[in-house]
Amino acid sequence: MEKLAISDVTLSFGGLMALSDVSLDVQPGLITSVIGPNGAGKTSLLNCISGFYHPTSGDIYYGDHKLNKASPHRVSSLGIARAFQNIELFGGMTVLDNLMLARHQKLRYSLLHAMVYFGKASGEESKNRRYVEEVIDFMELEPYRKHTVGNLSYGIQKRVEVARALTLAPHLLLLDEPMAGMNIEEKEDMVRFIIDIQKEREATVVLVEHDLGVVMDISDYIYVLDFGVLIGSGTPEEVVKIPQVVEAYIGED
Amino acid sequence: MEDKSQLLNFTIPQLLRWRVKETGEKVALREKDFGYWNNYTWNDFYDRVRKIALGLDDLGLKKGDKLALIGDNIPEMLFMAIGMQSIGAISAGIYQTSLPDEIAELINYMDVTAVFCNDQEQVDKLVEVRDRIPQVKLVIYEDPRGMRSYRSDDWFLFIEDLYRTGEKVQQRDPERYDQLIDMGNPDDVCHFCLTSGTTGLPKASMMTHRNYINMGIQITKVDKLEKTDEYLSFLPFAWIGEQMNSFGVAMATGITINFPESVETSMEDLREIGPHFMFGAPRIYETIRSQIWLKIDESYWINRWFYEKFIKIGEKAARYRMSGEQMPASLRFMAWLGKILVFDPLINQIGLRRLRRAYTGGAALGPELFTFYQAIGVNLKQIYGQTEITGIAYMHRDGDVRPDTVGKPLPATECEISEEGEILSRSPSACVGYYKRDEQTEELLEGGWLHSGDAGYIDENGHLVVIDRVSDVMHNSKGEMFSPMFLENKLKFSPYIKEAVIFGDKREFVSALINIDPIVVGKWAEDRGISFTTYMDLSGKSEVVELIKGAVLDVNERAEKDHFKIKRFAVLYKLLDMDDGELTKTGKIRRKFVMEKYKDLYDTLYDEGVSRKKVEAFIQYQDGQSTTVEAEMSFYTMEGVA
Repeated sequence: MEKLAISDVTLSFGGLMALSDVSLDVQPGLITSVIGPNGAGKTSLLNCISGFYHPTSGDIYYGDHKLNKASPHRVSSLGIARAFQNIELFGGMTVLDNLMLARHQKLRYSLLHAMVYFGKASGEESKNRRYVEEVIDFMELEPYRKHTVGNLSYGIQKRVEVARALTLAPHLLLLDEPMAGMNIEEKEDMVRFIIDIQKEREATVVLVEHDLGVVMDISDYIYVLDFGVLIGSGTPEEVVKIPQVVEAYIGED
Repeated sequence: MEDKSQLLNFTIPQLLRWRVKETGEKVALREKDFGYWNNYTWNDFYDRVRKIALGLDDLGLKKGDKLALIGDNIPEMLFMAIGMQSIGAISAGIYQTSLPDEIAELINYMDVTAVFCNDQEQVDKLVEVRDRIPQVKLVIYEDPRGMRSYRSDDWFLFIEDLYRTGEKVQQRDPERYDQLIDMGNPDDVCHFCLTSGTTGLPKASMMTHRNYINMGIQITKVDKLEKTDEYLSFLPFAWIGEQMNSFGVAMATGITINFPESVETSMEDLREIGPHFMFGAPRIYETIRSQIWLKIDESYWINRWFYEKFIKIGEKAARYRMSGEQMPASLRFMAWLGKILVFDPLINQIGLRRLRRAYTGGAALGPELFTFYQAIGVNLKQIYGQTEITGIAYMHRDGDVRPDTVGKPLPATECEISEEGEILSRSPSACVGYYKRDEQTEELLEGGWLHSGDAGYIDENGHLVVIDRVSDVMHNSKGEMFSPMFLENKLKFSPYIKEAVIFGDKREFVSALINIDPIVVGKWAEDRGISFTTYMDLSGKSEVVELIKGAVLDVNERAEKDHFKIKRFAVLYKLLDMDDGELTKTGKIRRKFVMEKYKDLYDTLYDEGVSRKKVEAFIQYQDGQSTTVEAEMSFYTMEGVA
């Protein structure tokens, strides 16, 4: 597993500094969280890592691979996957189809093979189906396999979103507010899934989340952003003691 | 028909060995996993059981040890249970929904020394109470997910490791397994089945090999099963009905047991499997009916039109079919048309198309539900029995299904009604008693009969009618027995009646205090332009009382005995409520309390001269304030009731 190193990354849109000189390391095998108030630049940071945006200056390295100008599909081929805050699934397709589609990057057959759908193509498809089924089992989505995504409850859609990222067999998983808008029970389930992803699927997890309780419970390391500036970092115990963090995020009493 | 009585001399593991010789290559179990149905042949089944048995033997478990099984239904549950039974040990089912405290209590009561859990959820419960169950030496688990932190602790054992141990023993000593199971005796206790005790004290019914095998043989004498039949295992394994199939029926007949992917998917898996027979509590059949209604509701108008038209014909035909009477030719033709046009495609969508028989038991099922299923072509039948008699003592025969009864005794089952009206039975499937509960065992098996604790009678067709628990029945002033709950349920089968309280203990006739259903009756009133303000107002409307009178009349017409007929009734001005102490937390009526609270009304019910009376209604609001309102109540005397 590789380390993700972000050094002095600045992202500006005209005069607006979304990120300024942000440096952080994501250690392999751990859950690293990024917290901060709305508009702090958390999602922008994830966008930079996943190749959606390219930083104005600074470097992003995943192991030896430089990601500054990498396109999203190249980033994902390196084993970095992402679950979006606003669910980015095909609402009119079934859960199974969404997940199979997400795996198209791993399909190794030509258009010709696809047209006859025999031998290689069907073999590849069933191998991928097997992998997708493992993810369905892992995320406990069996009851919804054939359901149209658009008809599912929000909490389940979020789970499908995470499952979609998992079908790419990521080494590094970027989770953008996986618990937003969920009820307590759904949150508890999601927390368990995230820990299992880290421990059983041996993935590094970058978590952007608003629910401080959850973040403090499961993170190995936390970075705090405020207005695009990194204002603190440390283990959960350390972070709650940083005065700036308390002021910016939790608020003074 | 082939004679299967020689099977009675087998233990369950010996029966499995016999089955493997008969149809070893046939699929025995099927489990949906990762989206596919995976097969286990009888050979595979036997192989797993053998490995488990030899593995457990190697670990030092011995005859008489107890192993608890907690978890969802998976093939491994059977492998473990029969593996235990192979070495003469006893398996015991615990409901997977049990809480940690309950589990600790049960484990200690049953002297369990090893536990099998299907996943981390169940394992965690044991971890929580670990210091309270010191005699438990081993926890075997099937799903390794989430178990990473437990691996280093040798209290836990992964089932795959157990298989490996068993495999090694098998290679070292190929005769060992046969030696082990040949030591078994069909009259040995092989399983503890917890009874649904309402007293709070857990009771484990001690079941023998012969109990289960006899049940398997007798059921199939009544309703024959083919080797190719499918069964879906979706009831909790700790329940007798599921064991009856897995230990008895399946091995005696060679059918295939299918395990759903998860509890949530079982309805979908039902459709994929299309079982040939199924067992279930009334609730399952209610759920399926709601599903059907929903599907019809969402369907095209033409489907709805056909459905509405043919369901009436189907119901008419069902009444003939259930009683075994000859149908007029025109009705038979129309019913056939409905079957091919509407009902076959409909039940195919649910997965009931291949179903030859569906059984319901455990609680009363409304007669209209019976008619509904018979009308759409599902042969729903009632069974009656209890855990102590391996599930079934009475069941309906095809073509002789009466919604009010539970049918006739199973072959090899003797049945009698005691002088007190209690249902007694005697059969090779009757258990040998409760574990460590000598007093209750004595009560249960007094005089060589199994005492059900239920009151009932045999009707003129030789069918058993179950009335109520013996302790709950009442006697009128002539000493004739009746069950308030039985009559209340009959009243409640009417959609307009929400709750009913029957009186009449030591009185000359039966009377009832009735609660209307505010939603249904409210809608009914609206549709007819009857205006009303509150529940109290609605309850007092003369049209509403007439409506309820119709429902009571209906119950009286169908009354099996004359003294079951309700002579006087009144519609109560308020809904019975838990907060007012009128109902228990589970929604049952606290009869004595209600009678004391409404003493005035009770007296008026037995004062035949009064038809209208002003009563003072005491009402307590949620914020604690209370008020007294005056209401006028009508008391109705039904004509033609002695």
